[in-house]
Amino acid sequence: MADLPPPVQGPTAKEKKYDRQLRLWGATGQLALENSHILLINNGPGVVGIETLKNLVLPGIGQFTIQDSVVVTEADLGVNFFLEDQHLGGFRAEHTSNLLKELNPDVKGHFITEPIESWLVRPDALRPYTLIIATAPVRPELLAKLSDHASAALLPLFYVHSVGFYSHFSVHLPSAFPIVDTHPGSETTADLRLLKPWPELLQFAEEKTANLKSMSPDDHGHVPYLVLLLHYLEEWKKTHNGEVPQSYKEKTEFRTTVSQGARTNNPEGGEENFDEAVAAVLKSLNPPQASSSVKEIFTAPECLLIREDSPTFWVIANAIGLFYTKYGVLPVPGSVPDMKARSKDYIQLQNVYKSKARKDLAEVLESVRFLERNANRSTPIEEKDVEAFCKNAAHIKLVRGRPFHVVQAGQKVKWGDRARSLAQELTFPDSLIPLYIVFLAWDEFTATHDKDALGGTAQAPGETDADTDAEKLTGIAQTIMDGLIKEAGTHVEDPEYSTIKTQIGEFAQEFARAGAAELHNIAALTGGIVSQEIIKAITEQYVPVDNTCVFDGVKSKSAVFKV
Amino acid sequence: MSIEAQNPVSGTTASPRARWKYLDNILTRSGPFTDPDAFMPGETVIESLSRAKVLLSGAGGLGCEILKNLALSGFKDIHVIDMDTIDVSNLNRQFLFRQADVGSYKAEVAARFVEKRVKGVKITPYCGKIQDKDEAYYMQFAMIVCGLDSIEARRWINATLVGMVDENDPDSLKPLVDGGTEGFKGQARVILPTMTSCIECQLDMHAPRAAVPLCTLATIPRQPQHCIEWAHIIAWEEERKEITLDNDDPEHITWLFQKALKRAQEFNIEGVTYSMTQGVVKNIIPAIASTNAIVAASCCNEAFKIATNTNPFLGYPETANYMMYTGDDSVYTYTFEHQKKDDCPVCGAGNIARPLPVNPNITLQEFIDGLAERPEAQLKKPSIRTGEKSLYMQMAGLEEQTRPNLEKKLSDLVEDGEEILLTDKSFPTQFKYKLVYQK
Ligand SMILES: [Zn+2]
Repeated sequence: MADLPPPVQGPTAKEKKYDRQLRLWGATGQLALENSHILLINNGPGVVGIETLKNLVLPGIGQFTIQDSVVVTEADLGVNFFLEDQHLGGFRAEHTSNLLKELNPDVKGHFITEPIESWLVRPDALRPYTLIIATAPVRPELLAKLSDHASAALLPLFYVHSVGFYSHFSVHLPSAFPIVDTHPGSETTADLRLLKPWPELLQFAEEKTANLKSMSPDDHGHVPYLVLLLHYLEEWKKTHNGEVPQSYKEKTEFRTTVSQGARTNNPEGGEENFDEAVAAVLKSLNPPQASSSVKEIFTAPECLLIREDSPTFWVIANAIGLFYTKYGVLPVPGSVPDMKARSKDYIQLQNVYKSKARKDLAEVLESVRFLERNANRSTPIEEKDVEAFCKNAAHIKLVRGRPFHVVQAGQKVKWGDRARSLAQELTFPDSLIPLYIVFLAWDEFTATHDKDALGGTAQAPGETDADTDAEKLTGIAQTIMDGLIKEAGTHVEDPEYSTIKTQIGEFAQEFARAGAAELHNIAALTGGIVSQEIIKAITEQYVPVDNTCVFDGVKSKSAVFKV
Repeated sequence: MSIEAQNPVSGTTASPRARWKYLDNILTRSGPFTDPDAFMPGETVIESLSRAKVLLSGAGGLGCEILKNLALSGFKDIHVIDMDTIDVSNLNRQFLFRQADVGSYKAEVAARFVEKRVKGVKITPYCGKIQDKDEAYYMQFAMIVCGLDSIEARRWINATLVGMVDENDPDSLKPLVDGGTEGFKGQARVILPTMTSCIECQLDMHAPRAAVPLCTLATIPRQPQHCIEWAHIIAWEEERKEITLDNDDPEHITWLFQKALKRAQEFNIEGVTYSMTQGVVKNIIPAIASTNAIVAASCCNEAFKIATNTNPFLGYPETANYMMYTGDDSVYTYTFEHQKKDDCPVCGAGNIARPLPVNPNITLQEFIDGLAERPEAQLKKPSIRTGEKSLYMQMAGLEEQTRPNLEKKLSDLVEDGEEILLTDKSFPTQFKYKLVYQK
């Protein structure tokens, strides 16, 4: 071992424990989790919120706080895993918090047992928290207060239902929620600029294919496929007025030309590098245009006017927008997929892409500095942030967070600019919009029914009389459905209309059957999805749900839509 | 029907069902989708649920979740099998384990924990391999739920359950509920052995990652992973042959890392890290608590519906049997019916041979090496024979006799279109393929 470099520092204890997740969101994502403080406002049977927290305590959020004023009953023990017999009669917030803390000594847990009505009106009650989860039922006026806070403090608010076999959540994200690190799938094609090569790349391809015809078999079989494509594109242009293949027909014709270049007088009867080139023609020969969602970012008001206090994202977006206006392409990301090639050729090719990426980055960085000076910004944006943006420019995403529905007793549900699209989706076979409508109706029912005359605890449909409540719930849901159709300014004819009515009636019956019950499996599944969304919101990585998701545990199906 | 079961609001008294108040709403009331012939609300279903004996295979990331969920779904008699011991990297998701449990058997610790937390449930652990157990053992269960990370173990249990089905004995048909995850993605599926598409029918949905050709590793590495694989497969053999490589030994990983790093520097390749070395050598699949929670809960939701008929379940013949989940780009599920395949080597009805396109010019050795990677086969150590003769046998004695065939061309051993039979000691079944020569 004398020839080996000196021993390395192995992974730290923390890196070992979190190894399997660090491979997904990295050290920056982990740091964001560790800086978070999540508030759970726990209501109803209180399982889905606790299951959500479980999946966040394990990967190591900083802190959590549970607000819950009820005491532990027998019924809790049959559905909540984070309570034990000895906790009967004690505060649910306290004991669930303690058992959750056991899962990870790195996480701090707190609890509040004061009733929400008095606690929430205290000034600064919500100040310590970076994200809020509220589980249904929540009094409409309190939910509205949370929603206002989310809008003002620019923090994510999740509202979650888990009732019998069904669940729902909506998320209210800040009105501008940008994501740079969207983790595009490996199936996404790399941006290789084959149709818009820069001089150094062309020159490299030319050198490597100078004597293609007379190359030794081994050399010929190791010309990187990117170089082959660039070579044949130049040949093609010579006979096509300098144009590259554009239509599907031209591309298939071009593909044939490439495949005819392969040598077949060998034991394998072909060449792997040519196979790779042929396979890449249809997906790689596309003009490197930015997607419409990326172009929308460049024209967003926040992007057009950079101020002293503009978030970093918009400053970089503005600079990249300038680059795009100037060249008609985004900065080169700089990565090259693996391909059949000799080590040296591949590394050289990689360097051609890397140095172009560095050059583009330098230009973007210059614009960033210019913008900073113009806007009198005091702290310069870190170069690594600009670099990350340039690398992923084609896949950046902007989510326009917005408030979700807060059903107020006796008031119509407003659908606004979403009415038309949702009314249309309502009529699709197997649409789950009817399920969402019944969740809204469920909220209206609980807002207008109390367990006792004192107006203390909300009563869910089916807690005592399933049949009567199913009918009431159906009635409320149908009114909401008719309201949606009316607001969309459309008509739904029979048989579609009757079909949707029947669906709503069936969902309502199944809700009433459950009473207020949570089923542990549905709570656990929903807690899984919500915690995944919370991780996305905190780490600002991956693409979040925008903004509502429902799950149907009878059919094992989900749907996502924007409300 | 007992009073407690009828009255779901009796939570304040200490009645024996008070704890199950929420579950009993579902168990005592019919719903719009329940099948009146199958669902017996009240005492009947409560009784049958508490008697149903369920086997959980796997006590890792999915297994911990499944065990908790089954116990809180009202199952009272659960058995759990797992051969592994607890590692520190399990603690970010396997929530039944603590730092102090590192090194203990997963099945044992998980069973004790859930038994203590959920009163009235009996959990029987077995710390060993599923292959240790025979048909008589599997016959005692109403259902098998799998939370495994190995495709081989799934295929073994699938083939065993298909083989157990006796048409004259309805009790011999054991529903198999299976979950799997990778990063933000996963799937849950239900199999009724011999009746619906089985794990083997669905094998090509879980294609193995293609291995990097040996010549790339040996002569023209381009990626940091190539350098690590070189250290792992070639350098270790050359320099430390006398030591058995232990993926969990930090000294061994460090050695491989340093070897790989040095090779990468020689070729100007960037990006070799300790963590990447570990990932490549151990074939680490990223895993998080939330995805496990989703897939495990979906499996248990189906298991609960199968056991109780409280609602229609996935896997009922001619309905959806597979739910695919993707969570990295918004949330997307795809629930569909995967069709049973007539040429399935395990559950295929007519014993039709599955066609396998091959190049007739490769040697038998190359053919065997390729089988491990082919999505429709995925066999690592097969023995091969045709109707007439043995081509290659893994068994000692026979191996020597058939070894010379390894160097021969396929076309010298088998006719185009001829059927071959493969057996692999990992599977209690034989696989029938038809070789189709590619021009
Ligand atoms: Zn099958």
